[in-house]
Amino acid sequence: MIRARSIHKWFLPEHDRKLLPEGRVNGPMPWVIAIMMFLTTLAAAAGIAITAMALQVEDQLAGRLTVQITAPNEDTRAAEADAAEALMRRSPQLLEIERLSDADAAALVEPWLGSDLSDSDFPIPVLIDARLAEGQSGAVMALRSAIMRVAPSARMESQKNLAAPIARLMRSLAILALSLVALLAAATGAVVMLTARGALGNHRNVIEIIHLLGGTDTQISRLFQRRIVLDALFGGLLGLVLAFITILLLEAQIDQSGLGLVSGMGLPWYGWIVLALLPLAGAGLANVVARLAVRRALRRMH
Amino acid sequence: METMVEFENVGLRYGTEAETLSDINFRLYPGSFVFLTGASGAGKTSLMKLLYLAQRPSRGVIKLFGENVVTMERDRLPRLRRRIGVVFQDFQLVPHLSTFDNIALPLRVAGVAENDLLGPVTEMLAWIGLTERANARPATLSGGEQQRVAIARAVIGRPDILVADEPTGNVDPDMALRLLKLFSALNTLGTTVLVATHDVHLLGQIEGAQLMRLDRGRLSDPTGALRNPPRPLILDESRRLDRNPNNGEPA
Repeated sequence: MIRARSIHKWFLPEHDRKLLPEGRVNGPMPWVIAIMMFLTTLAAAAGIAITAMALQVEDQLAGRLTVQITAPNEDTRAAEADAAEALMRRSPQLLEIERLSDADAAALVEPWLGSDLSDSDFPIPVLIDARLAEGQSGAVMALRSAIMRVAPSARMESQKNLAAPIARLMRSLAILALSLVALLAAATGAVVMLTARGALGNHRNVIEIIHLLGGTDTQISRLFQRRIVLDALFGGLLGLVLAFITILLLEAQIDQSGLGLVSGMGLPWYGWIVLALLPLAGAGLANVVARLAVRRALRRMH
Repeated sequence: METMVEFENVGLRYGTEAETLSDINFRLYPGSFVFLTGASGAGKTSLMKLLYLAQRPSRGVIKLFGENVVTMERDRLPRLRRRIGVVFQDFQLVPHLSTFDNIALPLRVAGVAENDLLGPVTEMLAWIGLTERANARPATLSGGEQQRVAIARAVIGRPDILVADEPTGNVDPDMALRLLKLFSALNTLGTTVLVATHDVHLLGQIEGAQLMRLDRGRLSDPTGALRNPPRPLILDESRRLDRNPNNGEPA
């Protein structure tokens, strides 16, 4: 069985091992940190995946707008649509203008209104899609006014606005995931703080002796920091490996369901790098917290 | 001449209690040997703690090696502590370390490399007659053996000042005398020695030793030596090295 304390023998200098007894600093800390890191990695992965998905959706919709001609009279609607399309094709701010055929427009509303619309008098709007040229987002108001002059029944909407509720939901989920990461980091810090205090209590006599023999605060706190950082690294790597296995299994399930292709769901390549760095960040956090705890206790000695 | 230790109007109070030490004034010069006596509770241990920088006074000035340690920043004190050897009343050996490692502790704290401390520690083990017990833990040593380990740890770094708090309290009279001879040997090598004891039989054993008496936190000097400190011992080079390691007597 792997014992967390055995890593001290591999990595701590002999000097250090002679000054503080081995193994008694860590207690359950590496295992608690492993659980924390497992949860942190999953929360961070969710945050990164959702953020990436939201950015992808926003990127796809950014700059796209739709003009709807909604005049009730069919002839008026066709005339306004021709005028609006002609104006849009003349406008240098707009690219990739595409007018949907009546059949395509009918197909769009078919799920809600049924398939018999072509023969009815129901006024299906004419839809004209376009993309704003780079850096022309300020021209939307002027374009809207110009189109409304030639097609009074026209309504112009940014596709980004249509997807705004979904984007907001995704942002909220991403913020929630990152808040969980922050909370778990705080809990990890508290675990390290408690461990450092416990270790200080256990070794108080030895610390006092080292202190009176001329040991500096830096020397003494380093004895604890090194042990706690090694334990945090051990726990962090264990939690990371378990979390990676879990994420890979989830991704396999998403791929099998076909959801990934539709939604773009999945962890981007840079996400894996960020997650792989989490144990190092955890060890850094443990180092800082242990240092603070030990220094504070040492300052009470003369 | 530079004083090793200088106390000026020093007082020590724990919390809101009455002063444990009041108006302490004395100086120790290099190479002096001083006994500190007094009844239990007179303040001997408190005075020793001030001397080995485990405590700061409530008032007054303490100078060690010419530096005021009362106002000194905390970060600068370890450097001075390494020049002071301490034999604690209860030995304060580190329970998880062997005899060898306990003696080596001050050298490790000072950052001496493992290869460089082997020689001095082995020599010290021979000097206190515990070579055979180098790997023993303190719990398996007798009181006298623990005391010798504590003394070896105090002197291994060749301190400028040796402070010993009741160092003969746990040993029989013969061993007490042998330990005192060890201190005397160190003293002749130039270390200033201050021994706190209530064992009156020890006081006449060191030629030229001074005496300080604490009485309810106040210092008196029955020999008058404190007002007129004797000139420090002139080191006799011929006496420096040829010492019997087990009892401090010339071989």
